[in-house]
Amino acid sequence: MSSSISFTHNKYYSWCRNNLFSSWINGIITILSIYFIYEVSSFFLNWTIFEADFVNNFRGEKITDRTFCSKNIEPGQHGACWAIIIVRFHQFIYGFYPVEEAWRVNLVYGLLPFALVGIFFDNLPFRKYFIYFTFLFPFIGYFLLYGGAGLDVVGTSKWGGLLVTLFLGVTGILLAFPLSIILALGRRSKMPVIKTICIIFIEFIRGVPLITLLFTANVMLPLFLPEGVRPDNLLRALVAVTLFQSAYMAEAIRGGLQAIPKGQLEAAQSLGLTYWQSTRKIILPQALKISIPPIVNTCIGLFKDTSLVLIIGLFDLLGVGRAAVADIDWAKLHYEVYVFISLVFFIFCFGMSRYSLYLEKKLKTDNS
Amino acid sequence: MTKIKSLFISLLLTLGVSTAIAGSHGSTLDLVKERGKLMCGSNTGLAGFGAPNDAGVWEGIDVDVCRAVAAAVFGDANAVEFVPTTSKVRFTVLQSGEIDMLSRNTTWTLQRDVELGLEFVGVNYYDGQGFMVRKDLGVSSASELDGASVCIQVGTTTEMNLADYFKANGMSYEPIPVETNSEADAAYLAGRCDIYTTDASGLYASRAGYPDPSAHMVLPEIISKEPLGPSVRHGDSEWADIVRWSLNAMIIAEEKGITSDNVDEMKNSKDPETLRLLGVSKVGDTGAGYGAWLGLDDDWAYNIIKQVGNYSESFEKHIGVNTPINIARGLNALYKDGGILYAPPFR
Repeated sequence: MSSSISFTHNKYYSWCRNNLFSSWINGIITILSIYFIYEVSSFFLNWTIFEADFVNNFRGEKITDRTFCSKNIEPGQHGACWAIIIVRFHQFIYGFYPVEEAWRVNLVYGLLPFALVGIFFDNLPFRKYFIYFTFLFPFIGYFLLYGGAGLDVVGTSKWGGLLVTLFLGVTGILLAFPLSIILALGRRSKMPVIKTICIIFIEFIRGVPLITLLFTANVMLPLFLPEGVRPDNLLRALVAVTLFQSAYMAEAIRGGLQAIPKGQLEAAQSLGLTYWQSTRKIILPQALKISIPPIVNTCIGLFKDTSLVLIIGLFDLLGVGRAAVADIDWAKLHYEVYVFISLVFFIFCFGMSRYSLYLEKKLKTDNS
Repeated sequence: MTKIKSLFISLLLTLGVSTAIAGSHGSTLDLVKERGKLMCGSNTGLAGFGAPNDAGVWEGIDVDVCRAVAAAVFGDANAVEFVPTTSKVRFTVLQSGEIDMLSRNTTWTLQRDVELGLEFVGVNYYDGQGFMVRKDLGVSSASELDGASVCIQVGTTTEMNLADYFKANGMSYEPIPVETNSEADAAYLAGRCDIYTTDASGLYASRAGYPDPSAHMVLPEIISKEPLGPSVRHGDSEWADIVRWSLNAMIIAEEKGITSDNVDEMKNSKDPETLRLLGVSKVGDTGAGYGAWLGLDDDWAYNIIKQVGNYSESFEKHIGVNTPINIARGLNALYKDGGILYAPPFR
């Protein structure tokens, strides 16, 4: 008897009892759910890891095309054939960037966290120097990626894969941020000309799909420009992405601005602060804090939207994946490619979402 | 399209920017030479026709035409930059001058040749709509397909061709509409339809990826004409000539039995046309070779054959019967081998 008493007092047992098996119906649902989760996850894990081919197939041969995949040799084998990702890894990460120059991209990937960490965390030691670096980084990064002054020039048409996705996503978001603050403030400005310009800009950009902007930048712009003047394809896409993102972010920030009680501005003015002082020190810090979730929302959206550039002939991560599937050597390995691409996108988007949660918690004050 | 373009041009006129455009109609050849590389519009990835391989090198019979033009102009088949184009943007990209030529499984039609302001310079693959069936269906001809269910991509010309064909032959069919190529593959493999129909080259490429390709066959009937070929912009006939004759040189080389391996020996050939093609003979007693007519070096065709190969080499390497795509020459054989591939004489 005493053992059963201590058993019922076990906190895991009582938690299960209360949450999973509180009634017959709940008990059955719990068991069915566990069975379902087991089936799905065991299938998925077997497919992705335990039965999958990575470099070699089940006979120990190195996989160089789809005919070496275990599942194409033995009918009993069902695992994924990740060799397509491994063999084409360079293309997925760097696109058509020359193999011997890939260290430059690696260096940029390696420096990127240092450039971002200064903006992301304000309790960092020597933060000032990190911020300096952040401002220098676009120039360093562009020099490293594009070349010139001693480094071989690698035209943007050779960029691809994750490099293009990150270039468009990160640069687009970072450039759009200041622009969107200006647009949001402009839209609430009392000066009619500025206000009208901002409203027209925001509404126009928000009124058309991103793909239209990309088309315009890609195929219409050259019709306007004299022959021979061809702004870089990737740069044009970047401009379109930045404008698009700034309009959406501006509306998110405007939402934050409107949530600030009027009394805040009046209090600031009564202290004798100018418009810029009160905006910078009182209004914006509060408004941006409120706007974090919608801003991050648009950032995640944009990051995924960058895959649209495939339509204008830029090979982003998705484009490289499609080309891999189109290659007859690897035909019909859709699942492997799309699962891999989803995973990469998920890592970045989930990272952004986690960071926004961290920021919200850190900035949380009792009055809001 | 021309309407949109003329609208833009009139817009530009009002903006006063037109002088810049009117004053800069340089020849494409000069532009290409100045740039040092050819800009060639390719598919974003179509097996055997134009797709990057594991090393990131574009391969296929369409991109080989671009390589041939680069070999003719620069003597270097690798002086090409491939611009991947989707079917939606391919013509606009060509018109805007982004690319010098388009070689991307594009059907030569009246509208594209005339109204869209393109110039098709030849045909590098004669395609046509075909039917694929499982071999165990026991069908050997499309005339036995009465009452069959057909997987068909909606909103395509193939859908209309299919309706016409069955109507003309007094047969009925049950359409199974699908959206994309891969969806069609899945539906066909799952047995939702007896027949899968699209361009024959697409059927072969699909079949190559099936778990058991030998269990499926493409029926001999081809029910539409889809001549695929490279194209350039209207308005620069000299450039069009270069692209046209680069393709022709590959075809003539096959006719004359000149391959990338034996091209050096063939320079000692007795055949006058071979000697003209390889730049050995001169035009009359001018001392200049035939390349001068095109504004190229005399060994332009030699470079094409040496670096890219003749038409047959390109075909067999990328889509021929020894590749997974496994397409027989069929219509694409030389006229003397029972096909319709025919290049004008080189003289």
